[in-house]
Amino acid sequence: MSGIALYATDVIALARKDLRLELRARDTLPAMLLFVLSTLAVFHFALPAGTDRDAAYGLLWIAIIFTALLGLARAWAPEREGGALDGLVLAPCDRSAIWLGKSLATLAFLGAAELVAVPAFALFFAPVDLVAVAGVALASIGICAVGSLLAAMAAASRGREVILPLLFLPLAIPLVVGGVGAGISPNGATYLSFLGLYDLVFAILAWATFEYVVTE
Amino acid sequence: MTTAPGHAIVGESVEKRYGRKRALRGVSFTLPRQGFLLVTGPNGSGKTTLLRLLVGLAVPTKGNLSVEGERSALGYVGHEPLLYRELTAFENLDLFGRLYRVPERRERSGMLLERFGLWEVRADRVSTFSRGMTQRLALCRALLHDPALVVLDEPFTALDEDGSALLDRELAAMSGERTVVLSTHDPGRVASLATHRLVLA
Amino acid sequence: MSSRNNLPLLAFLTAGLLGLGVVLAFVVAPEDADQGISQKIFYFHVPIALTAYACFGLGAWKALRLLWVGGERRDLESYTWIHQGTIFGALTLITGSIWARASWGVWWSWGSNQLVLFLVLVLFYCAYFMLRFSVDEGARRERICAVYALFGVALIPVSFFAIRLASDFIHPTVFTRSGPQMTHTMFTAFLVCWAALTLLAYVMYRVELVGKRTDAHLRELREALT
Repeated sequence: MSGIALYATDVIALARKDLRLELRARDTLPAMLLFVLSTLAVFHFALPAGTDRDAAYGLLWIAIIFTALLGLARAWAPEREGGALDGLVLAPCDRSAIWLGKSLATLAFLGAAELVAVPAFALFFAPVDLVAVAGVALASIGICAVGSLLAAMAAASRGREVILPLLFLPLAIPLVVGGVGAGISPNGATYLSFLGLYDLVFAILAWATFEYVVTE
Repeated sequence: MTTAPGHAIVGESVEKRYGRKRALRGVSFTLPRQGFLLVTGPNGSGKTTLLRLLVGLAVPTKGNLSVEGERSALGYVGHEPLLYRELTAFENLDLFGRLYRVPERRERSGMLLERFGLWEVRADRVSTFSRGMTQRLALCRALLHDPALVVLDEPFTALDEDGSALLDRELAAMSGERTVVLSTHDPGRVASLATHRLVLA
Repeated sequence: MSSRNNLPLLAFLTAGLLGLGVVLAFVVAPEDADQGISQKIFYFHVPIALTAYACFGLGAWKALRLLWVGGERRDLESYTWIHQGTIFGALTLITGSIWARASWGVWWSWGSNQLVLFLVLVLFYCAYFMLRFSVDEGARRERICAVYALFGVALIPVSFFAIRLASDFIHPTVFTRSGPQMTHTMFTAFLVCWAALTLLAYVMYRVELVGKRTDAHLRELREALT
């Protein structure tokens, strides 16, 4: 098997492992779904009457970011419980494959939450067009690529749950700009390109540096 | 992992510090291929640290440590089982077998599970296992890819009677065939197999 | 060590340049027609911002070297550069805020791209310190901090673009620093201040690094004796 094919099978095996674990435990995904819906409901009461559509759209993004944080906080939990991360690091596979597998699985969970959140938002607040949805998709890639790596850093720290939002939020700001812009701005395509740029830059950076986060 | 000429492991004044804490004082030793190194010492003397250095989970802060072979030729049993608790025994071995590119991994997993008395529970989640059973599965995982070097960190502590007997048998089979490094509180158990000793202070 | 010998000299030079810069900025350079005396802050605000960027860049460079080549030395250097960068970043926010207040009567403006960018960066690098202090010392911490420093330097241009785009729908107010034409004296004053502040950052870096290295040496000595 060629190098790339082997890499791909490693990544798929790792992502499938995470999906299987979630299907069994069923703790993270339902929590994310419920959280995103509850947050949207809270926003309804937090917004004054007659708030324009654009402002409401920004709140969708807050909901997405914090739902993502909820999922990311638990992203490496299975590896922590049995010490399996050491087991993965010892294996001959590329360490970046560990990151990629985890990012893909996290993306699947976040995507599932968004499949609920975006229609719910359209129902409760304001309609959402295709460009906005594309923005959600592109930003989610960035969220998971960066978030998985930061979550691995946070797992090594003593203040686990607390530190992840601190690390993640500044890096999430450009994503929120891109996502909101894609939704409400007339030249949404510019924002989509920007999101693509973010994804490219940070995914490559995360891919290249993950090795150093999990090894000594 | 750098290769050492003729020897499986060569350590020169190997030291490991975590910031202010010194986990392992300068230690020097060599181990030829197929040698059996017994590492003993009181708690806190750095046995676990040394073994982690050997497999590459940590890097020495001072000194040189050369271990022959790549990651695919190393088997490690640590204090933690290095397993996924919510996957079944078989699923764990299947995943690691895939990552280690083990040929015929299904058959090999089955064979190891049987050898360590876990065939009956192969479809049960690791979270349902007793500590002894988990340790036995950890041993399966470590041996799955037929490693040339096996590093075991106090493997007997988590095992029950039956498990210990199984491990005795396995170690006897390994000695002379593979290079083994084993740390323990109870040196008497494997003293007869050891070709080399290292006492940490 | 010869490098330590030139530190007092550099410190004197810094003080001298800073003094010269202040004189040039406040006394010699002409007052701006539109903004008046408040424009003087420009001579410090912009160099401070540029110095902050440089510190973050150097911190990331040292981090990259750490990952490539290794060595505890580079970890301390990277950390110290980022520390200076954060200090200068905070100063950028403060001077920028003063300028905003003096110019338009508000302490903060989301329309100021530079200011918002620095807010994001200072938040990011404050998290760097939280990360550093919450991970146990050792090679792992060095690497994690180094990777984070690299993310920071990638964030600078990306955030810059984001904020530029965001001004589209956040705040259409326009923020002009100063007219595109600077008189000769203005430019000289600017350069002197810039040189002074860069040198100040370097001197602060050296001083802090000496302190950290001494700590490390002391620790090694203590270890050797026990």
